[in-house]
Amino acid sequence: MSALPLSVPGRRGRRGLRHTLDTKVSPYAYVAPFFLLFCAFGLFPLAYTAWVSLHEWTLLSDEHTFVGAENFRTLLTDPYFWNATFNTLSIGVLSTVPQLVLAIWLAHLLNRRLRFQTLFRVSLLLPNVTSVVAVVVIFSQLFGRDYGLINWVLSWFGAGAVDWAAGTASSHVALSVMIMWRWTGYNALIFLAAMQAVPRELYEAATLDGASTLTQLRRITIPMIRPTIIFVVIVSTIGAMQIIAEPLLFGASSGAGGGAASGGPDRQYQTLALFVYEQGFTKFDFGYASAASWLMFLAVVVVAGINFLITRRVKGGVL
Amino acid sequence: MTPRVRRFAVPLLTASLLALATACGGGGGTGSGTSAQPGEKIKLTIGLFGDFGFKPLYEEYKKTHPNIEIVENVTQFNDHHNNLVKRLATNAGAGDVEAVEVGYISTFTAQPGKFVDLKQYGLDKRQGEYLDWKWQQGLSKDGQQVLGLGTDVGGLAMCYRKDLFEKAGLPSARDEVAALWPTWEKYIETGKKFAAADVPGAKFVDSPGEIFRAIVNQAPVGLYDAQDTVIAGTNPDVKKAWDLSNQITLEGLSAKLAAFSPPWNTGFAKGSFATVICPAWMTGYIQEQAKDASGKWDIATVPGGSGNSGGSHLLVPKQSKHPKEAAELVNFLTSKENQAKVFKEEGTFPSIPSLYDDPSIQNFTKPFFGDAPIGKIYSEAARSLKPQHLGPREGDVRVVIGDGLGRVEQGKQTPDQAWAQVLEDLKKIK
Repeated sequence: MSALPLSVPGRRGRRGLRHTLDTKVSPYAYVAPFFLLFCAFGLFPLAYTAWVSLHEWTLLSDEHTFVGAENFRTLLTDPYFWNATFNTLSIGVLSTVPQLVLAIWLAHLLNRRLRFQTLFRVSLLLPNVTSVVAVVVIFSQLFGRDYGLINWVLSWFGAGAVDWAAGTASSHVALSVMIMWRWTGYNALIFLAAMQAVPRELYEAATLDGASTLTQLRRITIPMIRPTIIFVVIVSTIGAMQIIAEPLLFGASSGAGGGAASGGPDRQYQTLALFVYEQGFTKFDFGYASAASWLMFLAVVVVAGINFLITRRVKGGVL
Repeated sequence: MTPRVRRFAVPLLTASLLALATACGGGGGTGSGTSAQPGEKIKLTIGLFGDFGFKPLYEEYKKTHPNIEIVENVTQFNDHHNNLVKRLATNAGAGDVEAVEVGYISTFTAQPGKFVDLKQYGLDKRQGEYLDWKWQQGLSKDGQQVLGLGTDVGGLAMCYRKDLFEKAGLPSARDEVAALWPTWEKYIETGKKFAAADVPGAKFVDSPGEIFRAIVNQAPVGLYDAQDTVIAGTNPDVKKAWDLSNQITLEGLSAKLAAFSPPWNTGFAKGSFATVICPAWMTGYIQEQAKDASGKWDIATVPGGSGNSGGSHLLVPKQSKHPKEAAELVNFLTSKENQAKVFKEEGTFPSIPSLYDDPSIQNFTKPFFGDAPIGKIYSEAARSLKPQHLGPREGDVRVVIGDGLGRVEQGKQTPDQAWAQVLEDLKKIK
């Protein structure tokens, strides 16, 4: 048996210990602020929401009765919850898919030598900088039934006035346009950044071989920026599942009527997040709202996962 | 924070607020009640929904109370009341004085522990001045504590556009117009005549929502019975109001503009509707929204007899650091003279009946409404009011029924289908 590590002289040992501590422990200390904040504002609310969701818990009374999974059971049979889920998915698809296609196309257009390049790129980001309240208020006016600009333009083609906020499909389209307005440019910039990393020689070679720009986009650009596409799809999906400000403000400024958080009298554009808000902050039923938040969280994980699996399979030539 | 993070953070923040809000919910009231030293600067915040016409009064108050600074926080109707519930539950953020509309007053008087008993500051002496029912509404449920002092009452009338009535070939003088609609059925009849005349760009009614509220308010018993049980689903008077409101929609009399929405405001400016249900406080609103229509509006009596719609109380939350000064301010803002002043400016009608015979009120007219004797009209409306018991979740019940009316209005459902869904939704209101 060797006695090697046991017989380390005292002084060197202490210094060694300090050194080991430094290398082993201090990295944790450096990242600790993030994790402390994450625990306080991320993990704790998540766990506490789970705890609240197991109770009959309203803001109007100080008594909180434990009811087990009752809230979840009610929720799964609540048609308004499923309606909100459908609306969320519908608005999500309607806004995200055209948004990403448009973003790639815009990025592709900007990914060449242009005059006023910076101006174009900055202007892409402008809609994103505008406050969501301003965007929704203005778009609600554009989509107005009686005096809206869009109905006015449609009337040139003989179309009757569309009551955008009243219909399910029309309200989803209106909301999707608002979401696209804010996020297309932002995503285009991310795509553009990725596109600039694609080696120029590939394009030069393709041009020499007589490939059109569209073919170059399909065969070179998209396969090369696949990791970025996956990232953008996942983040957009998560964002789309959490849409709340647009439908909430649309309800207030479109004149469709209905409660403040109903998403229209027929709940035609009430999203999941708005449903949670309605239960929690207008009906003060925190137990139910917490249960809904948890199901929404699970739904986000599932939908994001599915999209990840789909986009991972995207190879060149799909678009 | 990148925009992406923000998009992510909003729900997260909501979740943490949700947790925080409930975490703090357990603590009791901490009204310290320390009264300030004389001469010390005191800031009082007052939470309102919409313009109460108090601003000139603050200036006046400062003259006699130079150490008091008054800050007014105005938010939207729904937000104001929802926020107040949250702020009371979390014991933080409420103003020193908070206005509560009558639709929500029972929600708050059911939590007497959250508010200062104004009796402490001697305000129970004002009881004799008030309309009795208005006074009762501001008491705690057991009647022992004085939680709120009334500002105004919303006696009902009907505002109408003289010019549009003339265009439709209807009489336009207010007595003749009042004679057109002794009942709501006659009101709808008049509406059909108006629609038949086909006045371009104008409908008879803004939307049936506020009319529903008015008809219900005219009944002896409304959405709740005296034991605070929701009876909206079984009360025949509510069903009658529902049927009449839907009839307005189905006859095509409605401009389909939800009250208080931006398109509704535009509707005022463009003259998109010929009549609007008009509690006293609405007159100020119309004047604000239809600036160009001075002289075109007039006021007639409401179909179906008198009723009350709206009106507010001022309350002092226990969390106020200066409850004594806040109570004094409440006393000042609701005083007889000041209620009269606010009426002349804003149109909100006093809840102090001795004013109703006061010549300055009786003879008060407004040029905007074609010199209609609004003092006289609303005194009569307020005097003949039969008070109605309001339940703790009055606002929620109204939203449920309002959504139902909206579904019919948007052609999503027949009135029967919508009513069936309303009944389901009512079951969920505990």
